[in-house]
Amino acid sequence: MLLSIRSLTKSFPGTKALDGVDFDLRSGEVHALLGENGAGKSTLIKCLTGAYQRNAGTIALDGAEIEPQSSGEAQELGIGTVYQEVNLLPNLTVAQNLLFGRELRRFGLIDSRAMRAAAQEMLGDYGLDINVDRDLGGYSVAIRQIVAIARAVALSGKVLILDEPTASLDAREVQMLFTVVRRLRDRGLGVIFVSHFLDQVFDLSDRVTVLRNGRHVVTTETAALTRMTLIEHMLGRTLQDEVLHNPPPDRGKREKMLEFSGFGRRAVVEPFDLVIGKGEVVGLAGLLGSGRTESAELLFGLRATQSGEARDQNGKLDLSGPRAAIAQGFGFAPEDRKLDGIVADLSIRENIILGLQARRGWMRPIPRAEQNRLADSYIKRLDIRTSGKEKRVGELSGGNQQKVVLARWLAMNPRFLILDEPTRGIDVGAHAEILHLVHELVEQGMSLLVISSELDELMAVSNRVIVLRDRCHVAELVGHEISGESIMRAIASTEEKVE
Amino acid sequence: MHGTLKRLAPQLIALATLIALVSVFYPGFLSVSLNDGRLVGPVVDVLKRSAPVALLAVGMTLVIATRGIDLSVGATMAICGAVAAYAVSAGYGLPVAMLLAIGAGLLAGLWNGCLVAIVGVQPFVATLILMTAGRGIAQLITEGRILTFTDPAFAFLGSGNLLGLPMPTWIWICVAVLTTLLMRRTALGLLIEAIGINRRASALAGVNAVVLLIAVYMAMGFCAALAGLVVTADIRGADANNAGLWLELDAILAVVIGGNSLLGGRFSIAASVIGALIIQTISIGIRLAGFPSEYNLLIKAVLVVVILVLQSPRFGTEWHYWRQQLQFKRLREGKIAK
Amino acid sequence: MKFNKLLTSAAVLAISAGAAFAEGEVIGFSQIGSESGWRAAETTLTRNQAEERGYQLQFSDAQQRQENQIAALRSFIAQGVDAILIAPVVATGWDSVLQEAKEAEIPVVLLDRMVDSDPSLYLTAVGSNLVHEGEVAGKWLAEAVGDKPCRIVELQGTTGSSPAIDRKKGFEQGIAGHANLTIVQSQTGDFTRSLGKEVMESFLQSENGGKDICALYAHNDDMAVGAIQAIKEAGLKPGEDILIVSIDAVPDIFKAMADGEANATVELTPNMAGPAFDALEAFWANGTVPAKFIQTESKLYTQADNPAGEYEARKGLGY
Ligand SMILES: Nc1ncnc2c1ncn2[C@@H]1O[C@H](COP(=O)(O)OP(=O)(O)OP(=O)(O)O)[C@@H](O)[C@H]1O
Ligand SMILES: [Mg+2]
Repeated sequence: MLLSIRSLTKSFPGTKALDGVDFDLRSGEVHALLGENGAGKSTLIKCLTGAYQRNAGTIALDGAEIEPQSSGEAQELGIGTVYQEVNLLPNLTVAQNLLFGRELRRFGLIDSRAMRAAAQEMLGDYGLDINVDRDLGGYSVAIRQIVAIARAVALSGKVLILDEPTASLDAREVQMLFTVVRRLRDRGLGVIFVSHFLDQVFDLSDRVTVLRNGRHVVTTETAALTRMTLIEHMLGRTLQDEVLHNPPPDRGKREKMLEFSGFGRRAVVEPFDLVIGKGEVVGLAGLLGSGRTESAELLFGLRATQSGEARDQNGKLDLSGPRAAIAQGFGFAPEDRKLDGIVADLSIRENIILGLQARRGWMRPIPRAEQNRLADSYIKRLDIRTSGKEKRVGELSGGNQQKVVLARWLAMNPRFLILDEPTRGIDVGAHAEILHLVHELVEQGMSLLVISSELDELMAVSNRVIVLRDRCHVAELVGHEISGESIMRAIASTEEKVE
Repeated sequence: MHGTLKRLAPQLIALATLIALVSVFYPGFLSVSLNDGRLVGPVVDVLKRSAPVALLAVGMTLVIATRGIDLSVGATMAICGAVAAYAVSAGYGLPVAMLLAIGAGLLAGLWNGCLVAIVGVQPFVATLILMTAGRGIAQLITEGRILTFTDPAFAFLGSGNLLGLPMPTWIWICVAVLTTLLMRRTALGLLIEAIGINRRASALAGVNAVVLLIAVYMAMGFCAALAGLVVTADIRGADANNAGLWLELDAILAVVIGGNSLLGGRFSIAASVIGALIIQTISIGIRLAGFPSEYNLLIKAVLVVVILVLQSPRFGTEWHYWRQQLQFKRLREGKIAK
Repeated sequence: MKFNKLLTSAAVLAISAGAAFAEGEVIGFSQIGSESGWRAAETTLTRNQAEERGYQLQFSDAQQRQENQIAALRSFIAQGVDAILIAPVVATGWDSVLQEAKEAEIPVVLLDRMVDSDPSLYLTAVGSNLVHEGEVAGKWLAEAVGDKPCRIVELQGTTGSSPAIDRKKGFEQGIAGHANLTIVQSQTGDFTRSLGKEVMESFLQSENGGKDICALYAHNDDMAVGAIQAIKEAGLKPGEDILIVSIDAVPDIFKAMADGEANATVELTPNMAGPAFDALEAFWANGTVPAKFIQTESKLYTQADNPAGEYEARKGLGY
């Protein structure tokens, strides 16, 4: 046994995150660690790497008990980790991040040429060819995630831990990552893999361990499981319709609500036209770097447009910045929840009402009772797992943080809401809940623009899918034209326009 | 209420311990007597003399909550004091002089705020500019000397008494209470905390970070102006060279002793003000105890370090841990004994 | 403007070239800055003195920076001035520029502060004797008190600064041998009015509301002025209940003396230029080399010395 954990216990004030959990990892296996949001997966990993100090339990690596006090010490023991919230240094270059602490030297000085070459080689495995001398902070979430993975892989001599590594990657990068992981496994490493994408779990893992409410539920060979039974283990109940396979009914010709024409900015997104109907869900598909998030940022006024204008039935709209866009009834739940979403030190209640409060102005504070009502209702509706609404959002599990960000925007009841990877890191159960919610909102007349790397998700919610490639809107699929295959084809197509 | 008390507990305990310590060296520290209508005693001195730092600490708390810092407040005090003294000696009444001084403070804040919020200069660097230039501006106004005045109304601000307590005490208490109410009865406190913790996310959620930041620096300027008025009124003269010198550091220290994080976010004005009282108690305590001047700074530094260490979260966790372990042990021993 | 000045100074040079001693000498003066009223007064008096004697003064304000002073000195040398006055901001780092002045045969006089360079590099230094000042203050107090027991409180200057150390030492020498005089409290007031007041409040507090204090000795007048306010606010009469002696002789202390609220001050004269010019004139006239240190007079002023008049005489000097 490579790694064996016995009766691991960890409590936080008000929460028992892990309660006597056992976990074994063999060398040469990929072991999936599964469970709902807040089940304790990340906590287990952090206890293992010394990021948290456990309250009780033992951890043995190669039969010897270990007690790492920090991620650094864990690395020295041969345990490389990609945490759920990527923790790299945005002010350093990609190369410096990749080789941090192991800088290549020549005559005692840092050899930047060798560093550059080494960094490029490390990223090559993932099909990534970027300028490694640029600051990491300038790159997208997906690239940051790949850099974190490449760094961890290089550091892991015995164990590689991946906590939701694929949350913002699309199919191509996922496959590249899996190739690397399989290669490491064949070399005898043990890999712990946390994910909410069950397809990936079945694709990659050899064994599965499921946690629920901080307790160990089951450990078994992946092959012995069906999707249904796995979900049952995770949720402790059966899930009716896991993913809705039909988008909200399209009631023929719908009322035009918003019309963007010639929106664009050089080197960001080529000018595009976009019409949004009332109660319509438009999906944005495309590869990493194709300009999906950038398009959304233009629409929300986060980036200034160089051309184009937006209008609704009353005339031209001012979208000069987030505040202006919000005043027009726009909303934007961003992709990077840690950087752009949550305000970690504020409570769940405060995070949920923040947007509403900003819109009302500082002089009209939302009465406490109303705040409590809002917070309670969204905690319930989105099933946010917490010991109370006054808990710091930073102390929530990743998926639950995501739900708080969604709640903030839903509470503002916008007429046009942009959701950038809305279900990133959200478990199967909550995923279904959120899709339900989307349908409800649409029923009430809200229009949505959904960006997602998950084609299933896009297919499940969109009335219309717009495909981007190389910063261009290249195709538009409507109604029954939408299928996984047609989207993939549009993404891959080299023709200028697919109509 | 319970939450507030819990938040202030470390500061209150530190202050109480300090007072006990000073009383050992100077037994009469807590004695207060009434002397023709005014309370006198070391405690009253502390309440009066902490006015400048307490006033600055109120503004500095807000600035630090936004993840900023304002190094220029000492210089701003000097400018505002000089403006007021100049106006009063030029024959304008106190109200005009005060308005001009406060205007100057707000202007200084506006400058800092614009540099930070619009130009995007780091607060440390942005306010360093006025820190260096400000005293020069004040000297231009006073022409390098101590600009004295005789206006009794202005002097009253510094050395007058109201209901037994010195005017400066009333001023800082009012400012602290009103600011706290303004922050907590409106949504300002929450919005300021939000931009301090995560400006990007807050701006995206529609918080007007730019305007808020400028407003916060202007509030700081306002507090600095009042502090400048108090010290100028106190000595009946504007001393451009020395007014507010190094007080920015004391103000920052007060905020830190108040348990507010320099990384921004959650803040407590009350705690900062207690921090200011702690600093002043140390200064006056050392003096009353009669230690030679040479040791003042050393003793002050040691006391401050002790207070900060006792307050640090690290220490808190450790302490918690050991207490748990002890309880555990006792429990087990108890069980065995039974 | 500058060009004009240059032309005139060139003309002056040409005229004075033949004569060893003539009217219209050009003097370069490098001042530290204007960090205190005293410094401003020194500048004013230097200008006045130069004007009275018919010199042409080239003034340069260094704004507390040595590099500015060195640059000013070099430009004086390049202009070929007849003499240089300098109040050096720091003590070290002057060797090479003083050497250049020496080679150009321009006499340099240091005002009010010393440098660490070899004394042969400058003509002389004019300054006060800080210890002596304290001693004058102490002697006056000892005399004023007589045989009564007297508890003295002392407001020191900035801890560790040489004026604070020397004025303390001098005062102690001044009251030595008078066992009835004891310094019971001594704290720093940082040479500032506001701290002078604040610290005095503490003294009053710990000395029975001030009733036990017989005299205050402050290392400068500003602190004394602050302390006077504290004494008044405590309900005592400064100058009567508590004797007050301090050093510097700035205008405001004369005002206090005129009001009977202060008793004595020892002058640190801002007129350093007067003795400096006297020495220069003697040097130019017949090559008399002055002593390396010219000590200014530490004059004692009391309420008997027409403080109101002294105030009027001084208030325009820029204190
Ligand atoms: N620093 C912390 N302070 C307090 N509570 C915490 C802290 N970290 C985690 N928790 C709590 O511990 C529980 C387990 O969280 P954990 O992050 O391990 O969940 P997870 O299984 O990784 O969920 P997700 O799928 O959403 O990432 C949650 O209830 C969370 O609120
Ligand atoms: Mg997690």
